[in-house]
Amino acid sequence: MSTPALAVNFVLTGVGGQGTLLASNILADVALAASLDVKKSEVHGMAQRGGSVISHVRWHPEAVYSPIVGVGEADILLAFEKLEALRYAHYLRPGGTAVVNDMSIVPITVSAGGAVYPGDEYLAPAFAALGTTVLTVPGERLAQEAGNVKAANVVLLGALSRVLPLPEEVWWTCLEQRVPQKFLELNRQAFAAGRAAVEQRPS
Amino acid sequence: MKRILSGNEAIARGAWEAGVYVAAAYPGTPSTEILEEFSRFPGVYCEWSSNEKVALDVAVGAALAGRRAMAAMKHVGVNVAADSLFYASYTGSEGGLVLVSADDPAMHSSQNEQDNRRYASFARVPCLDPSDSQECKDFCIAAFNLSEQFDTPVLLRTTTRINHSSTPVELGERGEVRPARKKFPRNAAKYVMVPANARGRHPVVEERVERLREWVETSPLNRIEWRDREVGIITAGVAYQYAREVFPTASILKLGVVFPLPAALIRRFAAGVARLVVLEELDPVIEEGVRLLGLPCEGKSIFPLIGELDPAVVRRAGATAGLPVDRPPVPRPSIPLPELPGRPPVLCPGCSHRGVFQLLAKKRVAVSGDIGCYTLGFLPPLSALHFCGCMGASIAVAHGAAQAGLGERVVAVLGDSTFYHTGLPALVNVAYNKANILLIILDNRTTAMTGHQANPGTGVTLQNQPTDVVELEPLVRALGIKHVATVGAYDVKEIERAYRELMATNEPAVMIARQPCVLLPESRRQWVPLEVLENCNGCGVCFRIGCPAILKSDEIDPVNNKPLALIDKDLCTGCEICTQICPHDAITTRDQMRLLEDSDHSSCALMPPGGAQ
Ligand SMILES: Cc1ncc(C[n+]2csc(CCOP(=O)(O)OP(=O)(O)O)c2C)c(N)n1
Repeated sequence: MSTPALAVNFVLTGVGGQGTLLASNILADVALAASLDVKKSEVHGMAQRGGSVISHVRWHPEAVYSPIVGVGEADILLAFEKLEALRYAHYLRPGGTAVVNDMSIVPITVSAGGAVYPGDEYLAPAFAALGTTVLTVPGERLAQEAGNVKAANVVLLGALSRVLPLPEEVWWTCLEQRVPQKFLELNRQAFAAGRAAVEQRPS
Repeated sequence: MKRILSGNEAIARGAWEAGVYVAAAYPGTPSTEILEEFSRFPGVYCEWSSNEKVALDVAVGAALAGRRAMAAMKHVGVNVAADSLFYASYTGSEGGLVLVSADDPAMHSSQNEQDNRRYASFARVPCLDPSDSQECKDFCIAAFNLSEQFDTPVLLRTTTRINHSSTPVELGERGEVRPARKKFPRNAAKYVMVPANARGRHPVVEERVERLREWVETSPLNRIEWRDREVGIITAGVAYQYAREVFPTASILKLGVVFPLPAALIRRFAAGVARLVVLEELDPVIEEGVRLLGLPCEGKSIFPLIGELDPAVVRRAGATAGLPVDRPPVPRPSIPLPELPGRPPVLCPGCSHRGVFQLLAKKRVAVSGDIGCYTLGFLPPLSALHFCGCMGASIAVAHGAAQAGLGERVVAVLGDSTFYHTGLPALVNVAYNKANILLIILDNRTTAMTGHQANPGTGVTLQNQPTDVVELEPLVRALGIKHVATVGAYDVKEIERAYRELMATNEPAVMIARQPCVLLPESRRQWVPLEVLENCNGCGVCFRIGCPAILKSDEIDPVNNKPLALIDKDLCTGCEICTQICPHDAITTRDQMRLLEDSDHSSCALMPPGGAQ
């Protein structure tokens, strides 16, 4: 396909409260900083309260029309939780990439009901069946090492930044504007750890 | 300067640039952020009104005072405000008046799907339908100009994907802000809608629609984009974006004004294309209009009537109908996966509604519910709410069932914000007509569901001014309820005692269960995660209250052969509901946790309350 490298459709998923909104805001900022057209869409309200959340971000060098990504049209799935990665896997196009946080949050249907949380063994085959690549990132662990487990979303952004052809500086400038001054160093380290986690992978 | 704004932020910005002084709203997804954002601008008055009808009346009053005024609400809010919309169409106003309706196709956060473009033709007011944030801002300004030019309220209609999508917007300056009039207008023929005067106004309204029909023919809010003439698509709102995306070669008539429709423009467009197609979300509003012009077209025969559109849906439907799509649709892939567990929204850990619902579940009583976080009490394992229609319906539905002679007493349950919204008149009715129901007001001192907006029980206004709390107890008594009890919503025993007492009265009764929402900043500061003690035997009672912080551990009780409970300390807030209901005293109290903190955690073997058993 002849789509330019910076026409990118992102789908971000996770559980309410995991920081998907901050991550999608930064993705939108990065696009503006890189002089791309951008649209971002998310659903508020009922989707919070521990429910599963999804947001869409679309970049294009000229014009983005639809604010949402259709099923089978995402280039990148950024999942903050493994079950949610599987739930929205079908949004990826063949050849797309899933960046998945190695984190399970057990839903109430499992903890108080009869449902079963799918084991890690499903992850690789599911994404393989879609003809996509999956990168698993230990977001919470790396964030903890950087100083605070809450920076897991920034670790994930760091990992994501490695698979996109933009200079690291652009990401960093946008991050700086979104995080409080006193957490700058923490976030810098979290971002770097995320980048490194992808770099170190055997290709 | 360009900034990325959500549709809601852009509408607020547009109102500000348009010189709006007064804005009133009741929160409701996807409209809520419009007023939250507007309240951040200097030189404005804005408020959370107690409900949408009140909000629209407030805006009408401000417009009668000569100011530009806006009311904003979700689609179903317009149902509540509809009475006011219809009179306002007849009266018009002195200053510009815009009603923002945020529709919710796919019901991401709503009890029903409805297409509020219908209200425009119904109430005879023009309707603008923006398709991105830039248009949200521009159309908002245009709506105020239109309102004043034609002396009519204007409906600015959006959908979730417009309200909650963010796109770049060119910012402008604040326009002229007209001062308020010195005097209230005194013009009975125009402003006093008794039958004789209203009969005079109806022809004015219809004549106004005719003038709008002329105006709309040349309005820059509509435009034709000529491309290939084989297929021509008439579209509006977010559907325009899907049309551009999926049918890049087709000619497009993009409507910014969806009522009244530009008849001549549509005819010209239809004449210029071989195949005429209407692409719109929800109802066939434009399609019906086009057909009324006698023009054959396709629309809902191709695209779905129900739910939200997206590029994939439009591509699939378009390809099936032989329309020129950008690329073939991909079939939904099959993925080797077991059935995935759902992740529905749930009552949060520490939710102040859980204490009441665990009792209602235990009593197996019939519960007529309402809309708010507490609606989630219907979910298993609690399953303790059996009816939920629209805001405020809980009380009168229980009342009606009681008056019909139902064989069991029904408990009505609603939140504080919902009580102020539409619960009040229903409770007056209960007192007056003596319905034998128990009402439980779940008073968490905020409008939690929509993101913690202030309400009359909160003590602050939208613009962060302190105000007097409208206390529930004297209010409920003044409405004529004799049996009123207030309990702490975390106090399981108290709730049960009050419940017994009030149920025994066999007269209208109200329980107020009070505890500030656990997500409020003051509450967060008091979180203390609890722990499960060694004497847990896996009886499972704590699993039945549906707390996300209580997990099944991998450890199995050797006698019971059931998993022991485990508390996720990252989620637990220490509400102690589970502590109180545990039959084996196997969950710590907050005090015990504090003691633990003080002593060395690891060396302290914790004893259940009352000592080892
Ligand atoms: C007519 C109408 N307006 C607004 C809404 C959106 N809405 C749903 S629940 C809710 C507020 C509920 O607040 P409250 O009753 O205090 O309960 P809580 O969520 O705090 O438990 C609102 C505003 C709606 N569904 N219908």
